[in-house]
Amino acid sequence: MTSLRSVFASATALATLSFTIPTASWAEQPIPVVATFSILGDMVERIGGEHIALTTLVGPEGDTHVYQPTPKAARSVAEADLLFMNGLEFEGWLERLAEAASFDGAMVVATTGISPIAFEEHEDNDHDEHAGHDEHDEHDEHAGHDEHAGHDHGTFDPHAWQSLDNAVIYANNIAAGLAQADPANASEYYTNRAAFVAEIVALKSDIDAMMAALPADKRTVVTPHDAFGYFAEAYDLTFEAPQGMSTESEVSAADVAALITQIRRESISAVFIESITDNRMMEQIANETGATIGGTLYSDALSGETGPASTYLDMMRHNATTLSDALGS
Amino acid sequence: MIWDLMLAPFADFGFMRRALLGCIAVSVGATPVGVFLMLRHMSLTGDAMAHAILPGAAIGYLVSGLSLGAMTIGGLVAGMIVALASGFVARVTSLREDASLAAFYLISLALGVLIVSTHGNNVDLMHVLFGTVLALDDTALILLCSFASLSVLVLALLFRPLVLECADPQFLRSVSKLSGVTHFTFLALVVMNLVGGFHALGTLMAVGIMILPGAAARFWAESIAGLIAVAALIAMFSSLIGLLLSFHYSLPSGPAIILVAGVGYGLSLIFGPVGGAIAQNLPRRKFET
Repeated sequence: MTSLRSVFASATALATLSFTIPTASWAEQPIPVVATFSILGDMVERIGGEHIALTTLVGPEGDTHVYQPTPKAARSVAEADLLFMNGLEFEGWLERLAEAASFDGAMVVATTGISPIAFEEHEDNDHDEHAGHDEHDEHDEHAGHDEHAGHDHGTFDPHAWQSLDNAVIYANNIAAGLAQADPANASEYYTNRAAFVAEIVALKSDIDAMMAALPADKRTVVTPHDAFGYFAEAYDLTFEAPQGMSTESEVSAADVAALITQIRRESISAVFIESITDNRMMEQIANETGATIGGTLYSDALSGETGPASTYLDMMRHNATTLSDALGS
Repeated sequence: MIWDLMLAPFADFGFMRRALLGCIAVSVGATPVGVFLMLRHMSLTGDAMAHAILPGAAIGYLVSGLSLGAMTIGGLVAGMIVALASGFVARVTSLREDASLAAFYLISLALGVLIVSTHGNNVDLMHVLFGTVLALDDTALILLCSFASLSVLVLALLFRPLVLECADPQFLRSVSKLSGVTHFTFLALVVMNLVGGFHALGTLMAVGIMILPGAAARFWAESIAGLIAVAALIAMFSSLIGLLLSFHYSLPSGPAIILVAGVGYGLSLIFGPVGGAIAQNLPRRKFET
């Protein structure tokens, strides 16, 4: 909520500035835009810069899966010219909210044009890719995991921003959306996009190197919920999670047992916790298997401003470093 | 066969042993309280109290994060305030206790939802506040076991006045000043067991393990001691079977346990010798000697 407030505050401040400073152009009224969650909000902010007044509905450390819109959110949506959403049924509540707020601007779906990972296909991919490794010969345990995919979401894994390649597509969609809504500043949006993409590409080569250095028998990662499918695909890692794709589903003893068996069999040395989930389960699993807690990963939300993942790029870097430190040692 | 089905899950996995121990602790502590709730026609009070605890636990979470201690104390305080306030209103005004309890628990629940939504950061607080039985750590287990022991001890001390209150509250009130003390201590036990149950099973599940076995035991025993024994056995049996179902069939553990208890209740309803559907409607053979 503080972020909302500060966004409002800065929006008001901007507005006041443009009134008080005569040099500020009257045409420079920032266009009101809404982004659904913190990661997308950060990207929109990067590309929109000073020309937009951004409201992020689900702020840092917030869980978009279980978000409940407030009247304030509805007002922001009603006043917005542009609405940025992730898509792939990540924001299940958005359609109703936009309808209730009688939103009449343009909607930009950031995942337009990516190749989404289907839930079943995702599982199959994991199996095929790893068939070569000795440790992965027995797939009986994995079979149990198919069941908990797709409880709450649609047919595709929505956490597409976990791949840097997809982030470039996000940036393109955002820039195109902004340029269309505000043609006067289009060139600036594209300039910002180019700078952002350059940083993404630079970070990608760092992370590529880090992930390539991981030994072949240390490529299984245990996290609380299945949010890293795209990251896994990009770097040939296997992610396992007791809670499945959404943070909403409740865990069964069978899931936990399967995971513990796997950790023991493959001698997985570290499990990870996430900033947005209840981590008692992971701590118990770590206790029981003798694995250590490798660190906190940021999956669905950025950290607060003082945290290690306050922007999208910081988040990706933090996650990769945490994984590489814990698995590489 | 039996080994694989019943024992291997507990032998192989520590979290299953912990879950079972936690459930047994809750069964021992909560079911006797549930039996007295039933005898005093207060079964729904358990549900009301479960909601009343929310704001306290939420404040505890907001103050010190995921600390078991803070959330427990918060829950206990909120529950006790609601219990005392509604009892007080019932004794000094003409409003009956059930009505004032309903009023206070709704206020408390609304307050809880308000706190959660304005100060929470949208992390699903229901998940955070109300644990799953599969993730019990040492402190949670110690807490559950201490609550169960304390609950049993206090119930033993209060046993006579409580039975009297069940049988004839007016009589106890007229011969002893302990009536009020008994009542509030009993409500304190309800709150304490619910807070303990939250950590093990979650909100509704905690109430379920408190009430369902007591209601089922009603069809098997007539004495209060018998009721308590049968209820505790049913609760422990349900926990065991529920956990095994969760293990073998990938079911969420909390609902699985309560549903097994529910099946137990259904069977008792039909086959129970004391006032069950069959016993009630069979031609009677009594007084033949």
